[in-house]
Amino acid sequence: MSITIRYFAGVREAIGCAVEAWPADAGVPSTAAGVREALVAKGQPWSMALASDQVLRIAVNHQIVDASQVVAAGDEVAFFPPVTGG
Amino acid sequence: MTVRIQTQDFDVSTELAALHANNLQVGAVCSFVGTVRNWSKQEPNAKDIHGMTLEHYPGMTEKAIEAMVVQAKARFDMFDAVVIHRVGALLAGDQIVLVAVTSTHRHESFQACEFLMDYLKTQAPFWKKEHTAAGAQWVDAREADDAALARWGINASNAGG
Repeated sequence: MSITIRYFAGVREAIGCAVEAWPADAGVPSTAAGVREALVAKGQPWSMALASDQVLRIAVNHQIVDASQVVAAGDEVAFFPPVTGG
Repeated sequence: MTVRIQTQDFDVSTELAALHANNLQVGAVCSFVGTVRNWSKQEPNAKDIHGMTLEHYPGMTEKAIEAMVVQAKARFDMFDAVVIHRVGALLAGDQIVLVAVTSTHRHESFQACEFLMDYLKTQAPFWKKEHTAAGAQWVDAREADDAALARWGINASNAGG
């Protein structure tokens, strides 16, 4: 089982896709920060869209979390800019 | 509680009537409607905005707002709330969001309504993209909105990461 990764708003546009799967055979990073780092390591466009100097918020299974949040196979991890609704 | 994310417009009178229709103990209905401005202070010079596109996170957005209403009910002596937020393409002047709260007396519904809006602005996954003559761009989050939520004793940094 893999991790489902979703992108929204400017992050979605920069990466050019809304959802992708972290392949199970690649091993699953153990934290949300680890997922981000592993994606950045893939190179462009992830390395720019998810770079550490980009202010992003992370949700795991529909809850906004700290980067230290533990993730496991089957989880849904989302990366998005600060929210601007209302 | 009613929470709806929808592309179509809403009728405030209909929603407010439905909110207190079955509760004769209600003595106060407080509502807030957010609309699309045709200008922005985000840039050094105000710019003409003819519309915006709103994106959300289906599934998470609804859950986040429902959790906010649960928090509001725990904090304030209120009866019920309705939150409707539109997504998709909107034009200047269009309604974006409705938050309305019922309570016995006005103070609680005024407070709960403001609390829900402060919460929604910084914690509900929505993103606005403004459309101007110069093109489209995503709206930046405002630190003032984080400060508004902090007044309620909740420190959750949105704009600052």
